Parts: sequence; C-alpha cells; structure tokens
Amino acid sequence: MVTLADFLVLSAILFAISALGIFINRKNLIVLLMCVELMLLAVNTNFLAFSYFLGDLHGQIFVFFVLTVAAAESSIGLAIIVLLMRNRGSINVQDIHELNG
Amino acid sequence: MLTEKILFYVFAAILIFAASMVVTVRHSVRAALFLVLAFFTAAGLWLMLHAEFLAIVLVLVYVGAVMVLFLFVVMSVDLDQGRLREGFGRHMPVGLLVAGVVIAEMVSILSIDQLAIVAPESAAVAVNNVEAVGQLLYRQYIYPVEIASVILLVGIIAAISMTLRGRRQSRYIAPAEQLAANKRDRLRVVDLREPASTDSTAESTGDDN
Repeated sequence: MVTLADFLVLSAILFAISALGIFINRKNLIVLLMCVELMLLAVNTNFLAFSYFLGDLHGQIFVFFVLTVAAAESSIGLAIIVLLMRNRGSINVQDIHELNG
Repeated sequence: MLTEKILFYVFAAILIFAASMVVTVRHSVRAALFLVLAFFTAAGLWLMLHAEFLAIVLVLVYVGAVMVLFLFVVMSVDLDQGRLREGFGRHMPVGLLVAGVVIAEMVSILSIDQLAIVAPESAAVAVNNVEAVGQLLYRQYIYPVEIASVILLVGIIAAISMTLRGRRQSRYIAPAEQLAANKRDRLRVVDLREPASTDSTAESTGDDN
C-alpha cells in the first residue's frame, strides 16, 4: 500500500531539488521562476496527500487557490522578464542592481 | 494494491528525473519542456490521490497556459547562455548540502510510524470529486473565490500594462515640453502694412498695363 509518508517524502525530494536549482541557477531569471513553480508543485502535492489520506476535502480547495495565485504570479513575473529584456537586454540577475544603495 | 504501488514508484521516478533535468539542463527551452513533463507526471500522481478536478486543472491551466507562456517568453527573449551559466558549479556544493539536509530532515521525521497512514476506504463515495469540490467552493468558500478572481484580474491588468508598447491612447501633459517652448515657437508677428519691398514688382505689372 502507498502510505502518506511516501507522498510526503516524494514532495520533500521535489522541494529539495528545486531549492538546489535556485542555488545553482543563480543567474538565469527564467529558470529561477521555473524552480519556484516546482516548489509550488511539491507543496500542492503535500496538500493533496494530506487531503486524501485524512479524508478532508478542504486541502483541495487550498490547492485551488494556490494554483490561482501561482498563475497570476508567473504571468506578472514573465511580464517583468520581457520588460527587463526590452529595457536592458539581459535577464542576468547580476545585472539588476539599480536599487542597491 | 501492488499495481498502485508500482504506479506510484514509476510516477515518482519520472517526476524526480524531470525535476532534476529542469534545474540542470543547459537550454531554457529544454528546461521548460521538462517542466511540462513534471507537471504531467504530477497530474498523474494527483489522480492517484483522487483529486481528479485539480489534476485536470493542472494539465489545462499549467501545461496549457502557463507553460505555453513560459515557452513563448523563453523563445522570444534572446538568451546569452554562456554568461547565464557562469558560476554554475561554484554553488553546487552548498546547494547539495542544503538539499541533502532538507531531505534528511524530512525523511527522518516522516519515517515515524504515525504518518504511515494507509488510504481510507473510498468505496461509498456519494458524489464525485468535481461536484464535491464545487459544492465547497461555491458555498463555503464563495468570498475567497471572488478574491481569487480579483487577483487574476489584477494579474491580467498588470501584465498588459507593463508590456504594452505603442501609441498612447490617452492624452496627457508633458511639462518638460511646455517649459522648453519659446515665444518664437508659438507666435509669429506678421507685418500687415503695405510691404515696401514688393513695390517694384507692383510697378512692373502696372507698367504692362
């Protein structure tokens, strides 16, 4: 039988992989956004695993709202990337330092 | 039950493979395509968790809309892959350390027997998943649904207004142009008296008569 702990370990591994991706892809803004999407996927899998194994449907509602906010977030993030590319010609995170004091 | 376990491990292996390819592959287009694979596999896992509605939503919204948007942006911007890959291996040890610590912590907690919950008996399901989620969403969570729609509207307007380029439809005042204007640019004094310089031409035409 697949237990709750199996799903939780799977999503922990997924979360750790995306955290590793944020560490090693520190320059590429698009891959950073993709790593954030993977993290949200891991967290949503956690929510759904608890929702199923504890027999509570409210976890699925929470995943629904997380998906909504994540869609809005990624669309705004991609718009910012397009804007950076147009104004600066680069999406390197190291090039974005206008606001440091 | 054995099929379920085999299915879970196959899906988990594909998901972990796709996620690790997303973070390590060189081209951003390939990373986006591996992310599509990861989303599809996660949708399969969500189906195993009896979340049919959210699995379909994940495929439709994420693979169908968000990942297409990602691919569109990745292909439309001109990426300098060489500069973006600088320092790729330099942060690998600390990243591996953090990831290993996270996994070790979670596994050591999750191996407690209390969390080895097996699936509840789901034989007598009164309504299907979509209907149950819909009942919850539109009865108990109706105000959060409204707020979510407002958030999506804000996302639409923000994305459009940030990337809109071209002629502005609304009229506005440019104070810099107003201050830079000179009197001679706006006003031209025309001499309306009988011009003295044109007398010669007038006389020449008069002579012809």
